[in-house]
Amino acid sequence: MNGGWHTALARIAAPLAVGIGVLALWQGLVELNHVPPYILPGPVLVARTLATDGPSLLGSLWVTLRITLSALAAAVFFGGLLAVLFAQSRLLERCLFPYAVILQVTPIVSIAPLIIIWINNTFLSLLVCAWIVAFFPVVANTTLGLNSADRNLAALFHLYGASRWQVLRYLKAPSALPYFLTGVRISGGLALIGAVVAEFVAGTGGSETGLASRILEAGYRLEIPRMFAALLLLSLTGILLFAVLSWISQRLLAHWHESALPQEE
Amino acid sequence: MDEARPAASLVVVRGIGKIFRNGIVALADVDLSVQAGTFVSLLGPSGCGKSTLLRIIAGLAPHSSGTVTWSHEPSRRSIGFVFQEPTLMPWATVWENVYLPLRLAGTSRGDAGAAIERMITAVGLGGFERVYPRELSGGMRMRVSIARALVTRPQLLLLDEPFAALDEITRFRLNEDLLRLWRDYDCTVVFVTHSVFESVFLSERIVIMTKRPGRVAYEVPVDLAYPREDSLRTTPAYSEQCRHVSLKLAEASQ
Repeated sequence: MNGGWHTALARIAAPLAVGIGVLALWQGLVELNHVPPYILPGPVLVARTLATDGPSLLGSLWVTLRITLSALAAAVFFGGLLAVLFAQSRLLERCLFPYAVILQVTPIVSIAPLIIIWINNTFLSLLVCAWIVAFFPVVANTTLGLNSADRNLAALFHLYGASRWQVLRYLKAPSALPYFLTGVRISGGLALIGAVVAEFVAGTGGSETGLASRILEAGYRLEIPRMFAALLLLSLTGILLFAVLSWISQRLLAHWHESALPQEE
Repeated sequence: MDEARPAASLVVVRGIGKIFRNGIVALADVDLSVQAGTFVSLLGPSGCGKSTLLRIIAGLAPHSSGTVTWSHEPSRRSIGFVFQEPTLMPWATVWENVYLPLRLAGTSRGDAGAAIERMITAVGLGGFERVYPRELSGGMRMRVSIARALVTRPQLLLLDEPFAALDEITRFRLNEDLLRLWRDYDCTVVFVTHSVFESVFLSERIVIMTKRPGRVAYEVPVDLAYPREDSLRTTPAYSEQCRHVSLKLAEASQ
C-alpha cells in the first residue's frame, strides 16, 4: 500500500517537477538576458496574457473545437461504416482501400486550398479538411480488428449456422472494439491538427475565426505573448481530447482487454 | 427411444481423404463408424490428421474424397465442438459465453436462462456466471467451453485434444467429469488425444491412426467397466490396457 502511494506520487510529481523546473529556467533566462517579449515572452507574461485575452481566445477555441469534434464524429461514423463494409466484402476492400490510402498520404495543406474553393461554407470546408486527416486511422484499425476475430470462434459461429449479421454483431464487432478505439484515439489528435492546418490555409478572413487564425493574426502583429497563449490553449485542448478518449476506451475495455487490465501485483 | 435397440451408427465415415493445398496428404482412405451413445477416442502421433478428421466430421473443413454420412440429417445444433484452447469470447461473461449457441439459434435470454444455469452448475462452475474468462484458471475455462458445447444438448460431442494444455491433476479431474457429463447428457463422444492413458481411461473404443498420411491402423475396444473413477488409474487392469494400446500405437507409428 505504501509502495502504491509512492509510485502514484512519483508518477505525478516527477513530470510536474520537470515542468516547473523548465518554466523557472525559461523565466530566469528571459529576465536575465532581457529578451524582448516580441521575441520570446516569459511564462509569467504568457499566463498574464492568457488571463486578459482568455475570454476572446476561448471564443476562438470554441470555433476550432467545434470543427475538431464534428470532424472526429464524421471520421468515427464514416470510418467505422467503411470498415464494416470492407469486412463484408473483400472485393469492396480491394477496390476502395487504395483510395483511402491516397487520401491519407496526400498532405492536407496541398488539398485544403481546393476544398476551400469548392465548398463555399467556411465551417463545412474546414470540417472536410479535418475529416480527411482524421478518418484513415479509424478505417485502417477497425478493418484490421474486424478481420482479427479468433478463427476457431469463427468456426464455432459457422457450426451453429450464424448469419452474417450475427457474426458481425457478436464476433467481429467486439473483436474489433480495441482496434477501433485505438483508431479513434489517434483520430482525435489528427482532427485537431487537421482543423488547425485548414484554418491556417483558409487565413484570417470570416466572421468566426478559430484559434489558428488568431495565432496567424497575432504573428502578423508581433503579439507574441498572445500567440503563446493561443498555442497553450491548443495544446491543452489536444491533451484533454486525448485524455477523454483514453478514459472512454479504458472504461469500455475495462472488463476484458489486456490493455485495460490493472497491473499484476 | 427403444432401450433394447442395438446401437446404430450415428455417423459413418467412408474412404475420407484429405490433401492440403501444399500437396501434403493428411488423410488417406479413412473408414470410421461411430455408434450412437458411445465414447470413441482417436489416438495417434501429432500430424496424423486426427484433428483434421474431427473437423471434417463437424463440417468445419472440406475433404478431398469420401463421404460423411449421418444416420439422420442433423440440424446444425446437434453437434458440439470443443477446441484445444477454450476459445471463449473474452469480452463476455461465463453466462454469455454459454448462451452463445442458443443466442445464435434465436432463443431469448429468458427462455435460455434455466438451461444455461443448469449447464454451468453441471460443469461445476455454479456461482461463476458473472465472471469474465480472464479471471478463471485454464481448467475452469475449459469447463466453460464444455458447457457451451453441451448446452444445445447435441447428439454428437467432438473434442479436439481439449485437456492437452492442462496440468495432470486438473486433467484427471476433467476426465472424470467428462465421463459423468457423457452419461448424464446421453450423447455420443469423439475425443481426439495423443495420450494413451487418457484414451484408455475415457473410451469404450480407441481408434489408432498412423502417421502421415493418416489412416486407421487399429480399433481397440477398452475392456473396463463404467463408471470409471480416478481409482481405476492404479489398477493392474488399467495398466494392462495401457500397455496393450501403447504397443499398438508404437506399431502404427512406425
